[in-house]
Amino acid sequence: MGVLGELLITAGVLVLLFLGWQLWLNDIIQGNIQTQDAETLTQEWAAAGPTTSPTTAPTTVPSATPSNGPAGQTTKPVVGVAPGNATKFAVLMVPRWGPHWQRTIAEGIGVTDVLNKIGLGHYPGTQMPGEVGNFAIASHRLAYGAGFKNLHKLEVGDHIYVETQDGWYDYIYRSTEYVLPTGIGVIDPVPQLPNVSPKDRIITLTTCNPFYSTDERLIAYGVYNTWYPRAGGPPAAIAAAVAARNN
Amino acid sequence: MYGALWRILPGPIWVRIVILLVLLAAVLFALVEWVFPWVDQFVAPRDVTVTK
Repeated sequence: MGVLGELLITAGVLVLLFLGWQLWLNDIIQGNIQTQDAETLTQEWAAAGPTTSPTTAPTTVPSATPSNGPAGQTTKPVVGVAPGNATKFAVLMVPRWGPHWQRTIAEGIGVTDVLNKIGLGHYPGTQMPGEVGNFAIASHRLAYGAGFKNLHKLEVGDHIYVETQDGWYDYIYRSTEYVLPTGIGVIDPVPQLPNVSPKDRIITLTTCNPFYSTDERLIAYGVYNTWYPRAGGPPAAIAAAVAARNN
Repeated sequence: MYGALWRILPGPIWVRIVILLVLLAAVLFALVEWVFPWVDQFVAPRDVTVTK
């Protein structure tokens, strides 16, 4: 076997090693880092309490109707202000993806600074958690911690919790849509209805589809249910996960 | 290539094997720590967002 043959075999092994690293090893490493990230951030919030100068009711959409939460729900959710690019400001918790599943959301959808490192990114210009309109976020389906690996496993009625320093915003998964990468209508204030004034609070999660491909985008929508101010403690469904962080 | 490497290594067989294992570990570490992250930016499945 000549030197050329050995070089070719070496190259083949290197490619396989790279794929193993990218799709498996690095995915696990990044996933652990991002989960740890979320725990650290939420512990800081728990120690600091709610923001001292909360911005009040939704302001960007004046035509908004008051809270469309469940009956008896009267308080409007506090709406924060979008921070600077790549700044972490929220944590996503989805019990369907595991009782302790939690990942950090940062502002922006930059590939190298947000999606590959922090995990979940908030589309700039879309609304904030609890705001009337559309809180749109993106994450990888595969590798880099694969925040939305199980986006297709959501079932109608599943809760999607967004935690900020102010408290927990409770969204309920409604439906899924498949679009082309150019389908920016999904992040409109009213998804797929441009120039329509929003009345509901929507969350939109986008990732790539199918697995191992970026040909399409998988979109999951949730509708706002209610919110839990930090002072009142977390919703019961995730109380155990929240308590477990402090250990 | 690898045959030459084996002949260059000193000592009895078990010493050579230990040296090779150490070399292999060093190479794997370098790959994971520096080479793969660098290559990754060129070949990764990157797009998860909707854009114009």
